[in-house]
Amino acid sequence: MHPPSDTPSSTDLAGAIERALTACAHLPGALLPILHAIQRELGWVPTEVVPPVADALNLSRAEVAGVISFYHDFRSAPPGRCVVKLCRAEACQAMGADALAAHLRATLGVDFHETRSDGAVTLEPVYCLGNCACAPACTIDGRLHGRLDAARLDRLLAVPATKVEPTA
Amino acid sequence: MSATVYVPRDASARSVGADDVAEALAAHAAARGVELRIVRNGSRGMLWLEPLIEVATDAGRIAYGPVGVDDVPSLFAAGFLAGGDHPLRHGATESIPYFAKQQRLTFARVGLIDPVSLADYEAHGGLRGLRAALALEPAQIVEAILASGLRGRGGAAFPTGIKWKTVLDTAADQKYVVCNADEGDSGTFSDRMVMEGDPLVLVEGMIIAGLATGATQGYIYLRSEYPDAAVALDQAIAAARAAGVLGPDVLGSGRRFELEVRIGAGSYVCGEETALLESLEGKRGIVRYRPPVPAVAGLFGKPTALNNVVTLASVPIILDRGAAYYRDFGAGRSRGTLAFQLAGNIARGGLVELAFGVTLRELLYEYGGGSASGRPIRAVQVGGPLGAFVPASDFDLPLDYEAFVAKGAIVGHGGIVVFDDTVDMAKMARYALEFCAIESCGKCTPCRIGSTRGVEVIDRLLAGDRPRLQLAVLRDLCDTMEHASLCALGGMTPYPVRSALEHFPADFGITAAAHGGH
Ligand SMILES: Cc1cc2nc3c(=O)[nH]c(=O)nc-3n(C[C@H](O)[C@H](O)[C@H](O)COP(=O)(O)O)c2cc1C
Ligand code: SF4
Ligand code: FES
Repeated sequence: MHPPSDTPSSTDLAGAIERALTACAHLPGALLPILHAIQRELGWVPTEVVPPVADALNLSRAEVAGVISFYHDFRSAPPGRCVVKLCRAEACQAMGADALAAHLRATLGVDFHETRSDGAVTLEPVYCLGNCACAPACTIDGRLHGRLDAARLDRLLAVPATKVEPTA
Repeated sequence: MSATVYVPRDASARSVGADDVAEALAAHAAARGVELRIVRNGSRGMLWLEPLIEVATDAGRIAYGPVGVDDVPSLFAAGFLAGGDHPLRHGATESIPYFAKQQRLTFARVGLIDPVSLADYEAHGGLRGLRAALALEPAQIVEAILASGLRGRGGAAFPTGIKWKTVLDTAADQKYVVCNADEGDSGTFSDRMVMEGDPLVLVEGMIIAGLATGATQGYIYLRSEYPDAAVALDQAIAAARAAGVLGPDVLGSGRRFELEVRIGAGSYVCGEETALLESLEGKRGIVRYRPPVPAVAGLFGKPTALNNVVTLASVPIILDRGAAYYRDFGAGRSRGTLAFQLAGNIARGGLVELAFGVTLRELLYEYGGGSASGRPIRAVQVGGPLGAFVPASDFDLPLDYEAFVAKGAIVGHGGIVVFDDTVDMAKMARYALEFCAIESCGKCTPCRIGSTRGVEVIDRLLAGDRPRLQLAVLRDLCDTMEHASLCALGGMTPYPVRSALEHFPADFGITAAAHGGH
């Protein structure tokens, strides 16, 4: 699934919130499951979700906004059509992850925490994917890859880099 | 002809092509009219050989690896389904020295069975610990865990039996078992391998924890970076529920235990137990003041037995084989086994379960085969990002909680990250502080602000800006962080920093002259 990169229409947004609340609002400590459900559907967590989610859980808006901003996973802006997360942690560093980081920045034309202006790709750091014996590691659109080098990364990225925008 | 081939579903194996190999095997078998049963098992832990496929033969399971899609035609041509010879053949899996010399207690079934088949699980000793526990009083279960010497595998090494006794002795209308599956330390993947390779042992361990403490609801707090583990856990929980292992009437005992997986959201500090509880409650992962400890007032203020994945996965074998069996492995006050994880720049990276007391040297060279690059190993970091760097001169140190603490280091979760002689230890020290700054929950100033100051100080030091002053400031900062932080993120980030400084001063541009000079 490739998250849409445009701001969701108000009906999409309302639908996503409603589905997330229906699925999760009854759970004890429901906020994280709700936010995950919204991000799964929309690709990010627009600030517009704060008031309805806060109301549904009987929380203040500040509490909900605070949770969204605390966790690295929740995006406050739409991601690119392809999301690359490169592991920057120690075991991957020991196998050349810093050089891969430089390579990615150069070939993708985007820095960490950024989405390229054409919306094609988002580059994010991640701190350990549990693939430390097959380092360096990354995920591309959620799919884990190991034993990376620049050539393998280029091959893996060739497809998503030229991918056309998904139709809904 | 019909044959069975095992192709791991382990995330590491998949990350290097296991799915493609499974597909190619199926396609080739179909083209040749061979009836092939492909079992997606966990990994045997020899991760440098992944994808490691195994063929069931009369002579046991024969291993081939690392197998790529391109190797599949030649494997068929070599008659691998009958164990035929091939350049990638390693003989019987369980005779590969790396595997054969291990003491697999907690990981006995990982890689052996179909991870989500309850029948396979039971055929290999599963549920015996739970059945034994159901015949005991809660206090007797706690007593068995105490007598086994089991200590928490998540890092702090606190005796599990003592924690459980506190929960048992605290009266409440509701108690919880929470499994810490946040596994954030770089260089660790043992929790992941249990959850993907034998998730039912975790389910069984949590049910036993519930019986021991009076808890009826369990939560597994799983980091979002482990989607494969989430799938395996969901399948295992569904199988356990369908068979009446989980639910209102555990194995017909009249005892109740429910279990749910919750997904984290990419925060390292949420591995800290009280931050984890906050997160489970739907809040920001801010560390709580103690007391009260979670065993007295944990999730939603209720008594909570909170343990690491490997801790809980080690419980069934203790109940099954007896406390003495488990306790007889180990060294000093570190009883039983630990699943060491060899990671980073190591030729044979993977999981090695052994009794405590093995030395770093044995792990790094006998098992690990030295560095992956072929260059000398210069340092290892044991116990994750808060663990000290251990120089090669200390590689005879036995892996034992107390022996490491005596050296200012930690065993932690058993992850060992290997660096060769190209590593820049000043950069690693800088990274430790940077990581602390990124992941700090923000509650204490020394951790929140001090870590960022530390990065700046190292930058000035490396730029040659008044090195003696910077060194003094850095040491001061480390002391403040250690003594004035609420949790180990701020409190132990000084460990990697100080150990790098102490053992590798030249990397910081500090010469013997500069130590006293400038
Ligand atoms: C910053 C920080 C991160 C931690 N991360 C983890 C983790 O990912 N997994 C874990 O089991 N314990 C982690 N711990 C240790 C837990 O706080 C706690 O001691 C442990 O989960 C208790 O279970 P155990 O007794 O079975 O080890 C962390 C501690 C700190 C301070
Ligand atoms: S030491 Fe850091 S992470 Fe731990 S409680 Fe203090 S601010 Fe939070
Ligand atoms: S450090 Fe990169 S996967 Fe663990």
